[in-house]
Amino acid sequence: MRAVGRNVLRKDGVSKVTGAARYIDDLTFPNLLYGRTIRSTIPAGEIAGVHLNFDTAGFTIVDYRDIAGRNIVALIEDDQPCLAEREIRHVAEPILLLAHADRERLLAADVQIDYRASTPNYDPAASAITFKTITIDKGDLDRGFAAADRIVEGEYRVGHQEQLYIEPNGVIAVPGPDGPGGDEGGIVIYGSMQCPYYVHRAITVLLDLPDDHVRIIQTETGGGFGGKEEYPSMIAGHAALLARKARRPVKIIYDRVEDMLATTKRHPGIIRHRTGVTRDGRLTAMEIDVLLDGGAYATLSAVVLSRGVIHASGPYRCDHIRVRGRATMTNTPPNGAFRGFGAPQTQFATEVHMDRIADALGLDPVRVRDINALRPGDTTATGQRLGRDCSARQVLREAVARTDFTRRRKALAGSNRGIGLSLFFHGSGFTGGGEVKLASKAALALTERGARILVASTEIGQGTRTMHAQIVADTLGVPYDCIDVNAADTGEVPNSGPTVASRTCMIVGRILQRCAEDMRARLGAMTPRQYLRAHGPLVVTKEYEKPSDITWDDSSYRGDAYGSYGWACDVVEVEVDRDTWQATPVAFTTVHEIGKAIHPMLAKGQIEGGSAQGIGYALIEEVVMRDGRMANGQLTNYTIPTTLDTPAIEVVMLENPYKHGPFGAKGVGEMPIDGPAPAVINALRHAGFDLREIPATPEKIMRARSASPEQRRPSAERESLRSSARSGSELGVGPQRAK
Amino acid sequence: MRGSISNRRLFEPRSLRDALRMLRDEGPLVPMAGCTDLYVSLNFGTLKDTRFLNLWRLDALRKIETRGAGVSIGALATHTNIMRSALVGKRLPMLAAACREIGGVQIQNRGTLGGNVANASPAGDTLPVLAAADAVVVLASAGGIRRVPFTAFYTGYRRSVMRPDELIVAFDIPAVHGRQWFRKVGTRAAQAISKVVMAACDDDRPRIAVGSVGPTVVRLPRTEAALASGASIADARRTLVDEITPIDDLRSTAEYRRRVAANLLARCLTEFGMS
Amino acid sequence: MPITLTINGTRTRITAHPMTRLLDVLREDCGLTGTKEGCGEGECGACTVLLDGVPVNSCLVPLAQADGTHVATIEGLRGRHPLQRAFVEHGGAQCGICTPGMIMAAVALGRKPSMDAMRVGLAGNLCRCTGYWAIYRSIRSAAGASKR
Repeated sequence: MRAVGRNVLRKDGVSKVTGAARYIDDLTFPNLLYGRTIRSTIPAGEIAGVHLNFDTAGFTIVDYRDIAGRNIVALIEDDQPCLAEREIRHVAEPILLLAHADRERLLAADVQIDYRASTPNYDPAASAITFKTITIDKGDLDRGFAAADRIVEGEYRVGHQEQLYIEPNGVIAVPGPDGPGGDEGGIVIYGSMQCPYYVHRAITVLLDLPDDHVRIIQTETGGGFGGKEEYPSMIAGHAALLARKARRPVKIIYDRVEDMLATTKRHPGIIRHRTGVTRDGRLTAMEIDVLLDGGAYATLSAVVLSRGVIHASGPYRCDHIRVRGRATMTNTPPNGAFRGFGAPQTQFATEVHMDRIADALGLDPVRVRDINALRPGDTTATGQRLGRDCSARQVLREAVARTDFTRRRKALAGSNRGIGLSLFFHGSGFTGGGEVKLASKAALALTERGARILVASTEIGQGTRTMHAQIVADTLGVPYDCIDVNAADTGEVPNSGPTVASRTCMIVGRILQRCAEDMRARLGAMTPRQYLRAHGPLVVTKEYEKPSDITWDDSSYRGDAYGSYGWACDVVEVEVDRDTWQATPVAFTTVHEIGKAIHPMLAKGQIEGGSAQGIGYALIEEVVMRDGRMANGQLTNYTIPTTLDTPAIEVVMLENPYKHGPFGAKGVGEMPIDGPAPAVINALRHAGFDLREIPATPEKIMRARSASPEQRRPSAERESLRSSARSGSELGVGPQRAK
Repeated sequence: MRGSISNRRLFEPRSLRDALRMLRDEGPLVPMAGCTDLYVSLNFGTLKDTRFLNLWRLDALRKIETRGAGVSIGALATHTNIMRSALVGKRLPMLAAACREIGGVQIQNRGTLGGNVANASPAGDTLPVLAAADAVVVLASAGGIRRVPFTAFYTGYRRSVMRPDELIVAFDIPAVHGRQWFRKVGTRAAQAISKVVMAACDDDRPRIAVGSVGPTVVRLPRTEAALASGASIADARRTLVDEITPIDDLRSTAEYRRRVAANLLARCLTEFGMS
Repeated sequence: MPITLTINGTRTRITAHPMTRLLDVLREDCGLTGTKEGCGEGECGACTVLLDGVPVNSCLVPLAQADGTHVATIEGLRGRHPLQRAFVEHGGAQCGICTPGMIMAAVALGRKPSMDAMRVGLAGNLCRCTGYWAIYRSIRSAAGASKR
């Protein structure tokens, strides 16, 4: 029986429901030491002195001088030190590492750091350091505005968001046996991570070791959502430095507070729109300004910005577009990858803005979207001509029909409920030329009963092992159960690139499919066993091949930004408590077009889970920064949705295959989080609460009560837009400035 | 976990008398009941105390029983015990409602009424109920028993009249004849810390208490007096706003707390049939 | 002084400080690493075990208070509980870190919990992957299976 399209049992299911699955904190090694990170307590300045106010016997102590290679966390820019030398750019910056066999003694060790403090900057708009600027230009903006009957402007703000995987970051570094001639040999690192080869590269650079002396093994990983994309390179570096100095295994597990205070979050942003529209609702010009707060170091800000600006004009056709994006430095812990990667921020703005455009014109929000939605043959902001797998209007129409949106919207008028929608898209795979640069590899080894998958793609809950095995099973023509999946161990698997960017199915899955096609051809009529007897071991390795119809020019930011896009529409109904301004999502429907659902249940799991995270992003997840430090860094105070906060989520999956995806599949992991926040804000606006920022906490909803339905008459819109823009800036409640 | 264990000492009384003697002779000791707050501090490394008294096995302090027309609830009764008590359901439903809104079931199964009171957080969910119901805190020491009105129990932020040699053993709650009302407004739908929490009853006159709007849970004597003398809901709202002292903190703002407290009062009074 | 408790049906003597967290006793002294730590503050429920049949956060229970009790962990279900199979079949487990605690909390809901009972009874267990509805479907399905 074919596996693709069926809900086969997930490969890691049994071990997870029995408690047998081993996560990093479940592992131990003989002679294990525990590691601890001493961090800065100021947001900006210099280290003036380090005092060890404890008996150092039995301790391993590491600072930057112990680094044999380069003191950087190697990623894109080389600006972030693994251990601070002198300059401090943010609270919780690592300075010193301690290890000890006894955890109580380790925790009791008192280290005092003296600082020369300097003045921190928390305002991304006022930053002197810009990590990246990107401009996308399409058509002629002046011509576009000249053709407009109306111009609608708006400024929108989004806050930090914490990934909040339930398993905090953790690694164990195990030094290898000393090599001949007394050299220190290699190192093996086990850990909770998304990207073993990112860690691999970071460790070779940090320790100045050849590639084959470093081995990274992913352990069962309790959620990532981007939060374990780049940060594990840091913590792995720390454990490796301690382990090499101590010549003993070292385990570092963050507790929840350290994880929240020190590790990356979603970039906060300020996005401005200025849009020309005709009286009948056609977009003639879109001018969009995107500012992302990168935090103290560049980490992935450049690529987050890239995805952000490419998605900033939404799934809409418009001949004249300019998007200017900027990511700047502030004295807060670095922001980084989080599911959606810039697209949730910019599409929040676009979709809230689209409702304001509809209001300004006195048009129905569905109509405005339908007129402007991208169709096959249209071009995106980067000039990418869309193929037949463009489904923007289909998802919109399906969602509107399913929810009886238009009638419902009329029925709720004047009540304490509102209904809103968002139309959005998400590119699968690395942006622009990223996949060509990555040149990912995947391999398939023939086994007696079938094949073993060798990829560095990690299982972090989304179903990598299962989905890959389905693709291989059907392509090879063997049952799903005959496919094994190797651990993501750099000692055994090729570099398949990182497990990010909705690429694991569409990109890596496709490479694996090609491996399986090749293997099947070689097998001919033979069974795997017969082949192995006759010819010996067989491993097929393939590298990413760019489809010939994809072109990209990074200097002009023109071309096919992504191989394909998923398309989606969310409809949410929100009830606002008249006494407390608490907004409760009471009904949620999402329509996702994802090419092909390899495993419908897993795909639905991604959509439900991503939508729930998006609801949290919209309403309750607020990082309170005070003096550059997350002031609410515990689960009691940074609240994510519980069972009672999560509405029933109706998921509709449409399939419009992508010709270069395995069995037509596109990516699905990230897209679900792009839509809920603007749909919720649009629903709140329909209920009479005019907001332009998230999270929409009751405190903000209370103060936002200005847009009563009467005030939202078309004639009043321009004026009310201006006045609420003023009150928006008076509120000044961008999270980076929150008290 | 950031706290260390090995330097701590735990005393294990077999009876209440035992416990009170230990408090007198070995004190100061930190009483340990359901540990749902204490162990959070231990985990965070913020717990400085080193000597503890384990009350958990003192089952005599877990009783929920009638006391005249009212109820007596042992300090070690858990939130689950209280929620499930038919007696509480009948005589003091607002307390059951408060317990239902505390934490998740795991916390309800361990956290105790005595612990909620002793922890003395102004956001404690059961506290407005005890205040509105004119509960009496029964304190025991080796020297004997003393009874303190709940409204006189707290003296300031996380401070109370309880002496280090005393334990809370029970709460005596007189009969409430009128309607009862409870509402918690938290940071999310479940497992939340209160931003405003209100309990009220309208016995012969309205009695209203609010949490999270000042350094301690408060009764609203001026608002109650105004209502008793026939004030309108609008007047009562204004009096309440003058009577509470909320602040901005991590979870909410003073303005929000003030406006929500006023709205809750209005909602409660409307449900009580006032105008 | 050793403390005796019954863990998954086996009487066990533990020699550890009486204030040791039950979570650490299970994971480190007993090697039962199926019980997870997600926060150490009683919020996430990943460390949920049944203590005398009721769910508790084992990160907030001192060993002394478990003296003489019966503790049930995910390992005690031995892979044979209908909920375990159902969580695999219906997508109740994704990353799996909340799963043992979630299943133990679900066990305490009894045979055929109502939707309301599930939502209230699992409000102390955070899951960041699923959005919870696949968990309800799993529990519902197990309820159907156990009826047969």
